[in-house]
Amino acid sequence: MNSRVETDSQALCYHCGLVVPAGSHFVTRIDGKERQMCCPGCLAVAQTIVDGGLDNFYRHRDNQNAKNERVRNDNAGQRALELSLFDDPEVQQSFVHATGDSTREALLVVEGITCAACVWLLEHHLKKQPGVTDASVNLTTHRARLNWDENVTKLSALLAEIDRIGYQAHPYQPNSEEKLLAQERKRAIRRLGVAGVGTMQVMMLAAALYAGDISASMEGRIVDFIRWASFVLATPVALYSARPFYDAALRDLRTRQLSMDVPVSLAIVAAYCASAWATITGSGEVYFDSVTMFTFFLLVGRFMEMQARHRTGRAGNALLNLLPNSAIRLVGNNEQLVSATQLRQGDLVLVKPGHTIPADGIVRKGQTSVDESALTGEYLPLSRGIGDAVVGGTQNIEHPIEIEVTETGGESRLSTIVRMLDRAQAEKPAVARIADRVSRYFVAATLLTATVVASSWWFIDPANAFWITLSVLVVTCPCALSLATPTALTTATGTLRTRGVLISRGHVLESFATATHIVFDKTGTLTEGNLQIHEIKPLSEAPEQTLLNIAAALEAESEHPIARAFIPFTLNRAQEVKNHLGQGLEGVYNGMRYRIGQPEFAAGLIPDSMPALPSEDGLWLLLCSEQSALCWFRLDDQIRPEAGSAIDTLRQLGLNSVMLTGDSSASAERVASALHIDKLYKGVSPEQKLQILNRLASEGAEVIMVGDGINDIPALAGARVSVAMAGATDLAKTNADAVMIANDLTRLVEAVRLARMTRSIIRQNLTWAVLYNLLALPLAATGFIAPYMAAIGMSASSLVVVGNALRLSRRPKAKS
Amino acid sequence: MSIVYLLIPIAIILASIAIWAFFWSVNTGQYDDLESPAHSILYDDDEDLIPEDAKIDKKEQHNSDNDSTDA
Repeated sequence: MNSRVETDSQALCYHCGLVVPAGSHFVTRIDGKERQMCCPGCLAVAQTIVDGGLDNFYRHRDNQNAKNERVRNDNAGQRALELSLFDDPEVQQSFVHATGDSTREALLVVEGITCAACVWLLEHHLKKQPGVTDASVNLTTHRARLNWDENVTKLSALLAEIDRIGYQAHPYQPNSEEKLLAQERKRAIRRLGVAGVGTMQVMMLAAALYAGDISASMEGRIVDFIRWASFVLATPVALYSARPFYDAALRDLRTRQLSMDVPVSLAIVAAYCASAWATITGSGEVYFDSVTMFTFFLLVGRFMEMQARHRTGRAGNALLNLLPNSAIRLVGNNEQLVSATQLRQGDLVLVKPGHTIPADGIVRKGQTSVDESALTGEYLPLSRGIGDAVVGGTQNIEHPIEIEVTETGGESRLSTIVRMLDRAQAEKPAVARIADRVSRYFVAATLLTATVVASSWWFIDPANAFWITLSVLVVTCPCALSLATPTALTTATGTLRTRGVLISRGHVLESFATATHIVFDKTGTLTEGNLQIHEIKPLSEAPEQTLLNIAAALEAESEHPIARAFIPFTLNRAQEVKNHLGQGLEGVYNGMRYRIGQPEFAAGLIPDSMPALPSEDGLWLLLCSEQSALCWFRLDDQIRPEAGSAIDTLRQLGLNSVMLTGDSSASAERVASALHIDKLYKGVSPEQKLQILNRLASEGAEVIMVGDGINDIPALAGARVSVAMAGATDLAKTNADAVMIANDLTRLVEAVRLARMTRSIIRQNLTWAVLYNLLALPLAATGFIAPYMAAIGMSASSLVVVGNALRLSRRPKAKS
Repeated sequence: MSIVYLLIPIAIILASIAIWAFFWSVNTGQYDDLESPAHSILYDDDEDLIPEDAKIDKKEQHNSDNDSTDA
């Protein structure tokens, strides 16, 4: 292989989108064309997909697949061993159940699903396997349901097949909270269905009644019959579909609060009961159409809100994703592969390099470095030796270690952070919504007016008092008012979703609009969160490309994050590579001995003294051969290219920027000053982050917190509104109020703008609804409004509100 | 107009059947994933369902596709 091929062509891997290393040759034919791949891992995955006749996948996927780390680590043998654990009936107990003599069903959660094409690929690939009777994958929840015949195939074989096409499946045990969510969803859909069918039928009958009313030619007994029919059809809607409103209203009344649910329930119950009374006695007016339509509209709004809320609700199993499935337990001199859940306090566990540490523990043997980025967000691994504590869920990088388990499961450090998060969330002040404030007055005013109207008519004309009071309640029926906020919020949420910001909690838009401070985490939020080669300073005649290839050949043997920066330049591997812990690597490449790493370490190989360290800040690596120093490499974390302009625009919008970081080095200041951050707190722990946010809040600031790591989670929970980056850990994503799936900070600016626009539309809607009611109320109170007029007025005002809200779905005009 | 005495009850019965069917479909999990079915119609994975004689226009393309997958 010669080293001078297409060095600057920057071809991207067809499968995963990473840069293809110069001079490498991994090619598959897809769709009739030769496609370049970046590594044997991607090649294997792509080949499996194409061989299965599933290349349709590449035509339909939305974005390139994330790199599957396991594939790259090519520890296939270990993975197969690990998977074979899942064939153990004892392990299967929790997530597999028998559906017949030999047929089994398993629930899995699949990592790596990004779009509908992934779902299609997984389902088709699995269904092709012998013994699989059914496979279905849920795009929203990333859950897979797998049915197979135990006599024909094994679960481990199927899991390996999922691996082969580049995804990873874990057993899934629904916890009680998730089961509850699923039930809530099903119940909501059923209620919506009943309301929909009921509404259509009742409206049809109502049209006949109105027509008869206007032409005054309908026979009395037919009118009665139609009323009875409407009564029958409206009953399930009023008694079953509208239940959530009654429950919420009762809860609010018990806590002595007036919310929108109170007049909604009152209107539904009063109109339904009065209409029922009118039907039975054959007097007065019926309002079944208003009752059902009103219920249906509101249910649709609630359902969409719920959909948005559930979308990111994967809380229960995020922890499971982080903790490893298996562990190597040492008993005497024997190594035992056990499931991580079987570990007990005091067990001695062997953790090989590249593996996740299965439980909290203390190092008893060995010296290594541990990547705690999942926990802290910092990308450089920390050195750990005998007697040091390590945390479950973090990754061992360099050398095998033996740890003694101190805490498992619920007691582990990870669980502690989760508990801290629960507490912070419980203490989060409830956000008073504009609509709730307005509605409280409105509700009080309506009830008061209705009472006044009822009592005055009682003196003037007792026979009509009830009907006029009822028409007051129906006309002022808070439909427009209660639709004003949810429609605007749902539309805005939908618009933001298409722009790459996923909102999972209701108050986010209002909090975005009123925010005064925006707090960022550094690594992974303002920066890309991985090391890249920033600068190369050759000290010899050799061309840069050759130097890079030498460095990459040495680094190819390392799992260290520094090594990842060199991956795009890997041509082949060096021999006799020795890893000097925390210092660097030494190895032979093309017959020459080299060292790369800490300047002092690398310079140990050369006869001369160490060359002077360049003056720029950053992480400098030195490459030396046996004769001389060859090259300096500067590695640094890259600031996101759009971060500067995003923060500037946010400042123009009146938001103060703050940076909170666990990093105590000078790079924190460099990032802060490069981006013109207003205030910087560096070297802070998760607890301190939360304290700083609480202090800001007590000074009256409304804070948006943007972060990505597990260490940010307490702060995310403590902020008024929290945003997780696309690359954030699952735990951070599920606990944030919003997730930036677009991984682009300028979307945050759009979100703030749209939130402000939403706020003004909500105000317009509320104003309109109140004006309409002020107009209609006197007419109804004086007895001029016929039921069909009330129905038309109600629908019209609702339509205006909905139409106004739909303006939010238009793309914001490009003005920046 | 006495036909409405028959038609309206029929309508009510049909509506109840519709609701029963809807409940059944919700309970058997057909509404669990509201997103991916919308996309699945876009995939041309029904090749084996199309009768041979109906494949005329695209024959060229299919042949070349099959070649690439066999390779």
